Amino acid sequence: MHLHRFHGGLKLPDETAASTADPVLVMGVPSRLTVPLGQHIGEAAEPCVQVGDHVTKGQRIGQSKGYIAAHVHAPTSGEIIDIDLYPVPHPSGLNAPCVVIQADGRDEWGDTRMEPWLDWDTRDLRKLRQRVRDGGIVGLGGAAFPTAVKLNPRAGQRIHTLIVNGAECEPYISADDMLLRTAPEAVFEGIRIVAHLLQVERVLFAVEDNMPEAMRTLTETLPEELRGWLQLVSVPAIYPTGGERQLIKVLTGQEVPSGGLPADIGMVCHNPGTFRAICDVVIQGRPLVSRIVTVTGPGVRQPRNVEALIGTPFADVIAAAGGYADDVDRLVMGGPMMGFAVHDDAIPVIKATNCLLATRPQDTPPPGPLMPCIRCGECAAVCPAQLLPQQLYWQAKAKDFDAIQDYGLFDCIECGCCAHVCPSNIPLVQYYRYAKNEIWAREKERQKSDIARDRYEFRQERIEREEREKAERMARKKAAVKKKAADGEGDSDKQAAIQAALERARAKKAARAAEKQGGEPTATAPSGDADPGATKPSSADTPHDGDAR
Amino acid sequence: MSVVYAILAIGGLAATFGLILGFAAQRFRVEADPVVDQIDALLPQTQCGQCSYPGCRPYAEAIAAGEADINRCPPGGQATVQALADLLDREPTPLEEEEQEKAVAIIDENLCIGCTLCIQACPVDAILGAAKQMHTVIEEECTGCELCIEPCPVDCIDMVPIQADITEWRWAEPAPSPIERPIHTIADGSRASD
Repeated sequence: MHLHRFHGGLKLPDETAASTADPVLVMGVPSRLTVPLGQHIGEAAEPCVQVGDHVTKGQRIGQSKGYIAAHVHAPTSGEIIDIDLYPVPHPSGLNAPCVVIQADGRDEWGDTRMEPWLDWDTRDLRKLRQRVRDGGIVGLGGAAFPTAVKLNPRAGQRIHTLIVNGAECEPYISADDMLLRTAPEAVFEGIRIVAHLLQVERVLFAVEDNMPEAMRTLTETLPEELRGWLQLVSVPAIYPTGGERQLIKVLTGQEVPSGGLPADIGMVCHNPGTFRAICDVVIQGRPLVSRIVTVTGPGVRQPRNVEALIGTPFADVIAAAGGYADDVDRLVMGGPMMGFAVHDDAIPVIKATNCLLATRPQDTPPPGPLMPCIRCGECAAVCPAQLLPQQLYWQAKAKDFDAIQDYGLFDCIECGCCAHVCPSNIPLVQYYRYAKNEIWAREKERQKSDIARDRYEFRQERIEREEREKAERMARKKAAVKKKAADGEGDSDKQAAIQAALERARAKKAARAAEKQGGEPTATAPSGDADPGATKPSSADTPHDGDAR
Repeated sequence: MSVVYAILAIGGLAATFGLILGFAAQRFRVEADPVVDQIDALLPQTQCGQCSYPGCRPYAEAIAAGEADINRCPPGGQATVQALADLLDREPTPLEEEEQEKAVAIIDENLCIGCTLCIQACPVDAILGAAKQMHTVIEEECTGCELCIEPCPVDCIDMVPIQADITEWRWAEPAPSPIERPIHTIADGSRASD
């Protein structure tokens, strides 16, 4: 197969040998698991259990809200002991809502387990897609984008090519490599399910050329059903080949349009781990409750890959890899290029945790002195998105957020190649992240101020209308009173009624005076009732009537 | 003679274009002042009146008329001053008062007596309640203008800064290189270390 080349990129040293020596270790159940409700791109899930509830393995504990979102499941059986804010893996170091489970050690699947579908190919496609959604499956390459969304092409979109992204995202990470060596059957089964769902014409399975072992296993275990339309492709290990746009360019020579998705050119790309998770949920009814994590770097004694339950503390995972080396000083989640340092190893493994990298001071020497940009252009030469990093840098510095978008800021994948080669040690990626965040925040603020303006204008209008209506009412009333006075008719009615009442009272008095004793209780109606024109100010009449007190 | 032709030709052209332009100015006249709309779009719409005008739109009108300076909006902060300066091609001036932290009003529901005074003061109808009933703020709609604080007879409304949660968190702007910092700060630094 003829391969293409994406622009730029870096040839980085291969550091996976240490972590691929031992087989994947399946870790036990920790005593306490902290499961964050927002582990994916999109809105966080809402807890659907309460403190004190007993949950079984695989039971849904977080219900997704919205389309781009994923459910969260209990990784083991036990009791919910808290639902509150806890530290989570995030560059901010802030806390986020988590469900804390005290494991009961039995690790049992209750009757909430989904029914296994061995005959998935006879099922309705919509139900199959729903099953993936129910399983809370997200992209396991590291970005954690809800998978069900990618399996549901928009109307009129035809997906012809399915790409399996076995190109490891960064040096040091070997989670995909080890998965392909250990469980190729599950990955192939997942590929069959997705290929069936999307009705694709061909499958391209990309594996980096520094993973010969995985390639050999795959070639040997390729099932009969996939032969002919699945093509195993060995791609050169140039960072960032694992980026979906870069891999598509390498495999097909086509480019995903700026601001678009691979689906726009008829392709869908998934990580091998995601295929295994799809296979697990469809064939075994097992939602996404664990993942393979590479624990590596010079800061751990025995680098290896482990299969850890979601919610397992980082400290346990490090312990499974022989513990920290004596002079460790940094723990990074993710790879050396795009990962972020965490300051606490009690935080849990989440669906996006592909790698834990521990380093010593001598492995990450502080960057040299920060110097002004000299416009050397090295960054533009290595940018895999073909952007002009120095231009973006100047615009971010000048806070010229309109211009920076015209220069394609949102096509930046934050791979870090530009900052890696910068001779002035400028933290370029930080500038791009800052600019992206600032643009999003301003957009959000603008939307908020638009709503406030609408509400303010509506209120002004309402107050004006109320005043106008009041003035109109007053005018009408005034006119009515005037008219009555002019006609004199309503008045004469009233006068007559008052007159009649007075007559009656006088007559009664006279009768009483005449008889002196036989006071018969005749309750004559007060004048107000007889008056048809005076219904409105009736409340003013009551004190006179005196029947209230 | 040719001088006369030239004068006639130029004069004729001037008259023709003058007529066309005059007609166009009448025919395609823009009714509202679009600059006011553009300025209003940049203001944060808190309607707080800290600029001494009774709302964002009156302030926008005053700026457009050249009556008010562009640095009188504390909720908008320096970013708004910059945006206004870009729009109006004026020099960005430093903010008159300190930039205001984003906050929402919270009513202490145990103290509220249900007087409705805050409801009448709220410029965006973000307070819910009725006479002699407890009032509450619809947080999402609150612009943090503080106009409800003053009328409250029992002082039960507090401004609470919006907590930085994980969804609102932003990457900070990286610090500039020491060489790019203004000269005097480097001089200060060296003196301090001496």
